[in-house]
Amino acid sequence: MKISIERGVLLKAVGQAQSVVERRNTIPILANVLIEAEGEQISFRATDLDIEVVDRAPAQVERPGATTVSAVLLHEIVRKLPDGALVQLADDPRTGRLSVTAGRSSFALATLPREDFPVMASSEYSANFSAKAGELKRLFEKSKFAISTEETRYYLNGVYMHVAEGEEGRALRCVATDGHRLARVDTALPAGAEEMAGVIVPRKTVNELRKLLDDDDMDIAVSVSETKLRFATPDITLTSKVIDGTFPDYTRVIPAGNTKRLEVDASEFARAVDRVATVSSEKSRAVKLVLEEDRLVLSVNAPDAGAAEEELVVAYGDERLEIGFNAKYLLEIASQVDRENAVFMFNASGDPALVREGNDTSAVYVVMPMRV
Amino acid sequence: MTALCRDCLHVFEGRGRCPACRSPRGIAHDELFELGIAHLDCDAFYASVEKRDNPALRDRPVIVGGGRRGVVSTACYIARVHGVRSAMPMFQALRLCPDAVVLAPRFDAYVEVSRAIRARMEALTPAVEPLSLDEAFMDLRGTERLHGAPPAVVLADLARLIRAELGVTVSIGLAHNKFLAKLASDLDKPSGFSVIGRGETAAFLRGKPVGMLWGVGASLLARLEAEGIRRIDDLLRWERAALEARFGGMGARLWHLARGEDARRITANAPVKSISKETTLPEDLADPELLDGHLWRLSEQVADRAKAKGVAGQVVTLKLKRSSHRILTRRSTLAAPAQLADVIYRSAAALFARSGERGPFRLIGVGISGLVPSDDALPMPDLADPDAGRRAAAERAADRIRARFGAGAIIKGRALR
Repeated sequence: MKISIERGVLLKAVGQAQSVVERRNTIPILANVLIEAEGEQISFRATDLDIEVVDRAPAQVERPGATTVSAVLLHEIVRKLPDGALVQLADDPRTGRLSVTAGRSSFALATLPREDFPVMASSEYSANFSAKAGELKRLFEKSKFAISTEETRYYLNGVYMHVAEGEEGRALRCVATDGHRLARVDTALPAGAEEMAGVIVPRKTVNELRKLLDDDDMDIAVSVSETKLRFATPDITLTSKVIDGTFPDYTRVIPAGNTKRLEVDASEFARAVDRVATVSSEKSRAVKLVLEEDRLVLSVNAPDAGAAEEELVVAYGDERLEIGFNAKYLLEIASQVDRENAVFMFNASGDPALVREGNDTSAVYVVMPMRV
Repeated sequence: MTALCRDCLHVFEGRGRCPACRSPRGIAHDELFELGIAHLDCDAFYASVEKRDNPALRDRPVIVGGGRRGVVSTACYIARVHGVRSAMPMFQALRLCPDAVVLAPRFDAYVEVSRAIRARMEALTPAVEPLSLDEAFMDLRGTERLHGAPPAVVLADLARLIRAELGVTVSIGLAHNKFLAKLASDLDKPSGFSVIGRGETAAFLRGKPVGMLWGVGASLLARLEAEGIRRIDDLLRWERAALEARFGGMGARLWHLARGEDARRITANAPVKSISKETTLPEDLADPELLDGHLWRLSEQVADRAKAKGVAGQVVTLKLKRSSHRILTRRSTLAAPAQLADVIYRSAAALFARSGERGPFRLIGVGISGLVPSDDALPMPDLADPDAGRRAAAERAADRIRARFGAGAIIKGRALR
């Protein structure tokens, strides 16, 4: 294999592939990226056995071929090369090294045979559809904060993507919860997704997915089977196993009968929560909300640290309500609301609250209260 | 020499019977009224509680412990005469004492008595440091003016009170530090009251085996033995620096302990860090159904303790011992601290399922740690488990039934596996 490629193009392609590589792994080949050169194209493939990313870039291929080298090492080298440099990659079957040369710099990297590199088995996808990157980004970015880290409830360690009956017809829906808060985000159901099996997309896949979704208008090809899913752009293909488990029936925990409506400027609310939470104890981070007519008082009382209080002008017309929440949960939910005011729907101080953006029900959040 | 009658609390000079009540149960010691650190140890605690609650057992050998492959938790003094000891395998105990009455432990009852004893101790000093259900340190220094009596008198009165009101006996060790107080309480069991003063400390320790020093377990004992250290006298021959060089931080501690010096303070309410229960299986077990039954019962026991202590645990731990005696543990941090058997069991069962281990196992255990007061952890509805609230309510209801009608009044079918 011998190819030439522009440093910037190479950096982007290697960078995207190498982030999948687990920093701590015991199988040497999994630390490597598989480089394949053929035609006018070079591809970089990396995997942790659960996720596989293949990144393609145009290159001048003098001699086709394939090898594997340390993903982190290659990325570090390319990152440190000067911008605009032309980089040459060439493997030497005699020494078993891959040479990386750019200008006066040259490196010789240890390789492992390409045959050892595990390539994820392909899957029969039962649903194939196309969705705008912007829509997918919204689905996952708005729900991922609620993903649980609790290992024994592994079926919560991801986002549940499925077809659901939304307020405005059938929807592609993402749900995540850790038991304390829940996010439910809908988008119009893309054609071809009707028969899709509901899948739990692992947290790491959700994070890796971001880099495919840079350009809101790009069409992303999505393929789903019971065990795997794939997101593809012309340059990148991300294939991931899904979490083998049953996502709980979340529909029953989304409160439908909450009638006490609070409307507040989301960013103003978030800043106020953040300020009063400064004195709260690290562990509980409890913030008390006292609601009266068009008035919201946020307060924290931490016996060992001190107390804080802040008053906000809000729209609220119901009876007085006192309710406590974990400040972190409030902040995370408020930060999802970016276009309009945040609307909270409460019932009583021991009941979960529902949060949404204005009257838009395509993204709703549920948060459990705390005793304060 | 100052003397104190343990029956009528009369203080007199000299030895012999109490001049006031003629009781022979006096303690005479030069430093009797100068010492304030006490160790209180219940005599054959579990067995004593059982005898108290069932007077028919009073004159019979009683062993509290469990199972065919289980061990003796406590043997009463009658059983001890036959050679039965704590931690002895049950079959061996029964060989020594075939007519012993073997009882399964009733921790609820022991906890209740233990709490009542502790409450009486805490009425005397805030510095009470429980070591287990049946023993605790007390620091009574500086309480003489408050109680209008020196610690020795207060302690003798406490022992009398515990016996009269709670029906169990305790042995008391009184000394000038924790290490010696604990040794003292063991000198004159049962119903003992022993004193080790400063003046006799060196003489007391002379010739004693090093194994009685605090912190010297089997492995350290072997290392000491390798250095030719068997008795406390052997330690006295070592320079402090040499002991430190050989045994590190423990070396310094040994140097002090060998001289009867122990600067540890008595810390009240040293918080409980974890609650765990384990069971050695009657025979090695691989059947997932049966193991599941054990997981449930252990989770229930852990939950019972957590409920009694008013705590909940953020971390659930599963412990398995294979037939090869290799131990493996798996732990999981929960979204919210758990107190209910239902929650502990579900996490433990998930850990078991994910461990990929099939057995056979020799021992199985469940525990919680990262404890917080359960008021802070009362279950809020779990968004990821809509039925959890109903199961929690069912468990609380079952607890109330058991509190009223006894532990066996209602159990889960799962517990029968």
